[in-house]
Amino acid sequence: MYQYDSVDQEFVADRSREFREQVARRLSGELSEDQFKALRLMNGLYLQLHAYMLRIAIPYGSLNSRQMRRLAHIGRVYDRGYGHFTTRQNLQFHWIKLRDAPDILDQLAEVDMHAIQTSGNCIRNVTSDPYAGATAEELDDPRVWSEAIRQWSSLHPEFSFLPRKFKIAITASAKDRTAAKVHDIGLMIRRGRDGQLGFEVIVGGGLGRTPYVGPTITEFLPANRLFSYLEAILRVYNRHGRRDNIYKARIKILVAALGAEEFARQVAEEWAKIGPEGDLPDTELARIRGAFAKTAFEPLPAVSAIFEAAKAADPALARFARNNLRPHKKPGYAIVEVSLKAIGETPGDATSDQMDVIADLAERYGQDDIRVTHEQNLVLPHVRLDDVPAVFAGLQAAGLASANVNLISDIIACPGLDYCALANARAIPVAQQIAQTFADPDRAEAIGELKIKISGCINACGHHHVGHIGILGVDKKGEEFYQLTLGGSGAEDAAVGKMLGPALPYDKVAGAIDTLVEVYLRERKDGERFLDTYRRTGVEPFKEAVYADAH
Amino acid sequence: MPTLIRRQDDDQFSLAEDSFTAVADDAPLPPGDVIVSFTRFQAEGDRLLAEGRAVGVRLEPAEEVEALAYDLPRIAVVALAFPKYRDGRAYTAAHLLRQRLGYAGEVRAVGEVLREQAGFMVRCGIDSFVPADGATPQDWAHAVHRHRHVYQRAADLRVPAYVEREGG
Repeated sequence: MYQYDSVDQEFVADRSREFREQVARRLSGELSEDQFKALRLMNGLYLQLHAYMLRIAIPYGSLNSRQMRRLAHIGRVYDRGYGHFTTRQNLQFHWIKLRDAPDILDQLAEVDMHAIQTSGNCIRNVTSDPYAGATAEELDDPRVWSEAIRQWSSLHPEFSFLPRKFKIAITASAKDRTAAKVHDIGLMIRRGRDGQLGFEVIVGGGLGRTPYVGPTITEFLPANRLFSYLEAILRVYNRHGRRDNIYKARIKILVAALGAEEFARQVAEEWAKIGPEGDLPDTELARIRGAFAKTAFEPLPAVSAIFEAAKAADPALARFARNNLRPHKKPGYAIVEVSLKAIGETPGDATSDQMDVIADLAERYGQDDIRVTHEQNLVLPHVRLDDVPAVFAGLQAAGLASANVNLISDIIACPGLDYCALANARAIPVAQQIAQTFADPDRAEAIGELKIKISGCINACGHHHVGHIGILGVDKKGEEFYQLTLGGSGAEDAAVGKMLGPALPYDKVAGAIDTLVEVYLRERKDGERFLDTYRRTGVEPFKEAVYADAH
Repeated sequence: MPTLIRRQDDDQFSLAEDSFTAVADDAPLPPGDVIVSFTRFQAEGDRLLAEGRAVGVRLEPAEEVEALAYDLPRIAVVALAFPKYRDGRAYTAAHLLRQRLGYAGEVRAVGEVLREQAGFMVRCGIDSFVPADGATPQDWAHAVHRHRHVYQRAADLRVPAYVEREGG
């Protein structure tokens, strides 16, 4: 966890004070809703169907227990006792009153948090690997770079009125848990032949109406040249990105129009003019690295007798361990995933009480460290194997022990028509129905990794394009229909899914998913995930089965 | 006459007398100092300057600021147009004028110029403003000075956080 210094604290406090003044001008009538809109959107405040929604930044998905407790408190006092973790590793409260918003921002500032640049046409909250600092796969700690980008992008003088929003993701592991290839910029930390650290730079990926897997424009950018290079990319985009059509304004459209090669050439030309003056000094990067709280790992045996005995005695714990634990870089430790996908609940929601439980567990057993994943789950990155039974018991008591991470009921869904003014169709109830269809945990485990992602409209906040099975809600003459896509992935093997066939009515969706799964189970060969089988067989067997059933 | 707010060397803001007349492309030229479009400047700039007036150029967001490079020494004002406050291209134009092209004359923000943008504008090197929201120099100063710290090096030469920290 990065520790704010007085500069960071005062920056956030000043921002909060500014917003209080702006809200006062709105409440007094000095500003119209239209004039105020631009201001509130720079502070993460949206007007939705029923109320204001406040989106709070959780930079690179990293929280400590004090911050999590504060979020719980805000949920209890100013909302309805729960919050919604998003695919951008942020937290949204959906029932906020405008007059409370300044107090909430003050409360956040007290614990080194803010809502800066969680909306608007600016560089949004940077996202990163939720296993950072805990996985042996990584080449460097991506949080250091994420924090440096957070600071560099905060109220950036030149790049706060871009053609459209701008999202950056960073990963340092070959296994990509950030969906880097479908971001405006995806940074993948690489090591050069001489051992030097650098970035593979991917630009122009994205979802929405026009999904693209982004092309690589630089295979290896020396790490200490990152900021001048980002400046060059942003400058080319700010000057030449389209501003005449909101749906063609993202950088992906510019990159696609120019071609990746020409875009890369323009960036290189601009970068040469900027020179190293645009880079962050190594001393500041070292300071940021040092400002992350130290983790203290004990020397432990790789196998924990306590944990093994507990698993043998409790099949539920054993199941949890199979599905929600990931290897840690240190022997005797584990990365624990906490699923926010309990069967029948809203994906990504957590109650204030649950947030408090997570905070307590993190403090007691997890080095005070909590992460949010872009798949809308939480992570305790540093738990001793000896403590896993206690953590599991704590989670179980709070309804947080669903052993379904990466399984078919671990669904991403946008808020959909239940909350969002843009949506054409509901997303949450569809997720709930599918989860209920696959509620049998043995069956879910037998199916294995299967990522279902649901969006309630073409803006694709539920990332349906990159779901192994994607579901897109559409409106047909006032009725909710759902288009299914197959074969997408947001990971290192990124791909945009292909449409299965005509859209299905609301009450046929869960059944169609069941059919797709049956085809997969019939067709799969050893060790294949759903995605692998689909990629081998193609769409035909799946299509045939679903539409045969429909007739 | 529209309000013109000017940034002083000491980072204070005051109302200024505007000696320039903004002239549309199809309007006849009044006597005195004028601000004309880049197109008109290309056609008539030499003649206007020969008449001994001070000449400013209004640059639209789509016009490349580099095209002005050779004329900058004889241009008194570069007026950067913000047709909508959301259109952020002029920030890049201002940055390049100051940081790359070394322009030391007046850089003016015209169009939908709102106090909420003041901080960004000043940081990019804009030093005079025609506010569209009735803001006073006090409002402007308040908006610009609101943040005690900045994270980036920019044209206004404020000390960025990473330098500030080295001192601390």
